[in-house]
Amino acid sequence: MHVSHSLLTWVAAILTIGIFSFLWKDNPFYKFCEHLFVGVSIGYGIAVTWYNGVYPDLVTPLFRQGKPLYIIPLVLGLCYFCRFIPRVSWLIRFPMAFTIGWGMGVAIPANFQTSIVKQIQGTLLTPAIFARWDVLLWAIISFVGVICTVFYFFFSREHKGALRLASQTGVVYLMVGFGASFGYTVMARMSLLIGRLQFILRDWLGVIK
Amino acid sequence: MIPFLILLLAAGPAAPPATDTAAPPPVQRLAAPAGVKAFDTPNDQGKSITLRWSAGDALAQAWLVERTGPEGPKVISTNAAGDIGYLDEDVKDRILYAYRIAAVAGADTVWSGPTPAVSSSPQVFNTARMNILIAMVVFFMLVVYYIETAKKGKNLFVRRIAGLDAVEEAVGRATEMGKPIIYVPGLGSVADLATIASLNILGEVAKKVAQYDSALLVPNRDPIVYTVAREMVKESYAKAGRPDAFKQDSVFFVTDQQFAFAAAVDGLMVREKPATNFFLGMFWAESLILAETGAQTGAIQIAGTDQVFQLPFFITACDYTLIGEELYAASAYLSREPLLLGSLKAQDYGKLLILVVVVVGSVLLLLSKVPAFSVFSHIAGFFNIN
Repeated sequence: MHVSHSLLTWVAAILTIGIFSFLWKDNPFYKFCEHLFVGVSIGYGIAVTWYNGVYPDLVTPLFRQGKPLYIIPLVLGLCYFCRFIPRVSWLIRFPMAFTIGWGMGVAIPANFQTSIVKQIQGTLLTPAIFARWDVLLWAIISFVGVICTVFYFFFSREHKGALRLASQTGVVYLMVGFGASFGYTVMARMSLLIGRLQFILRDWLGVIK
Repeated sequence: MIPFLILLLAAGPAAPPATDTAAPPPVQRLAAPAGVKAFDTPNDQGKSITLRWSAGDALAQAWLVERTGPEGPKVISTNAAGDIGYLDEDVKDRILYAYRIAAVAGADTVWSGPTPAVSSSPQVFNTARMNILIAMVVFFMLVVYYIETAKKGKNLFVRRIAGLDAVEEAVGRATEMGKPIIYVPGLGSVADLATIASLNILGEVAKKVAQYDSALLVPNRDPIVYTVAREMVKESYAKAGRPDAFKQDSVFFVTDQQFAFAAAVDGLMVREKPATNFFLGMFWAESLILAETGAQTGAIQIAGTDQVFQLPFFITACDYTLIGEELYAASAYLSREPLLLGSLKAQDYGKLLILVVVVVGSVLLLLSKVPAFSVFSHIAGFFNIN
């Protein structure tokens, strides 16, 4: 057993145990760690936002390089602070409208491309599926799955008769997918837990190598 | 139709008989690469020239790419034998460049002739995305049509969605128990569709909370989502006729760090012991941490996300889960507002249209294997299928 002599390792280990103590029940030690975590993360976030966002993307181009167009994002950004002044708090709607409009404009074509077009490309049966029997089998399974799953998300008709059969088949596909995804993600989470336990048992306490 | 076509085409034409092609191999000499083409890379933002060539013979062990521009000739790449293309992204727009390719085998190097001078430039319109433009135009036409239909007062049917029927019950339960409702609008930004859907649902939930005079807590991770959420809740209280009941501190920013946010919301759930938790929007690895803690406090939990990897956790730890598209449908379902119902209907018929495209496209693509219908193989180009 070779306990670490590093002060930072001790601090990190004690805070890790503090967060883990929530598994027992809510306690003052956890509350302290939680508040410290939130406080430090906000402070860190402010520093990151300033040095990675505001300074290089706004202050430098506007004040150091003299690009006047950057005054638009500056004004829009300042409008967010208007909510602290009730008389002009309505001005906050301008940056919000801009951000939501921009968000929708970016998100909708991107979603069409990544979710819909890619899905159609992957589902279409082409002559290439006859290359091998397993390719043919998976192409058919995928084709049926996509059709039935989309029917599950059809809200304009009551799921009765053939639609019920299709949507229930879709639910089976969904649950198989979720099951696989659950197992895969749990394994990834276990590796995170193992990483933390290794830190405590190896880096801090030195009981394992 | 499709099963029949698959069976028919799977049989395929008979394989040609094998022939004896054993003949003495011809003596080969290293030849220059043939068909060297240099052209402006299509559908890009400029500063890129694409090169293609074909192997003159099988002897080449590598290829050299030489560029001649304002700075003079310069070898810019050495490609492996099978790599007969190059993307030159070290060029300036509207400057002329010529290229030569050399076949290399041992000490031998044979150069092709120079290509005609070519320059790069950005394209305003990406023709490879024509399919998306068409799909969006059709979809928006459907949206406008159904919104207008809904505005005229036509009854638009929406099937029952179990998770959403529980919202009323969940809010009522919180009122009876005198405990608050926690609504987490996800950890995504305002550019995420799930976050926008969640904010719409928040508006409806806040309206019910105001009517029932319950307490609502909305912790936020994103500062802009926080601002929007606060405005929506305030507006909902006003719509419910109770603007005075809105508490400024009920919608609050926590932190933008994922796990610090999860730790804070966990602490909030354990201390406030809410009657109902809503987790609707974008969630990542913190989904199970939140849902499991909420389940241990005994709250009714309604969750929903379009994150496929997080849905299983919500399904296992929550009472009701809105799966993907159900989240988008939720705000229309709850509010029954013509604008939202019209959009939901348009989405539904958009989905039907996609299914029709998939089925008809598959039939035509399968038919393209038959020589008489080979014209249908061009459909693959429209969908960018190789």
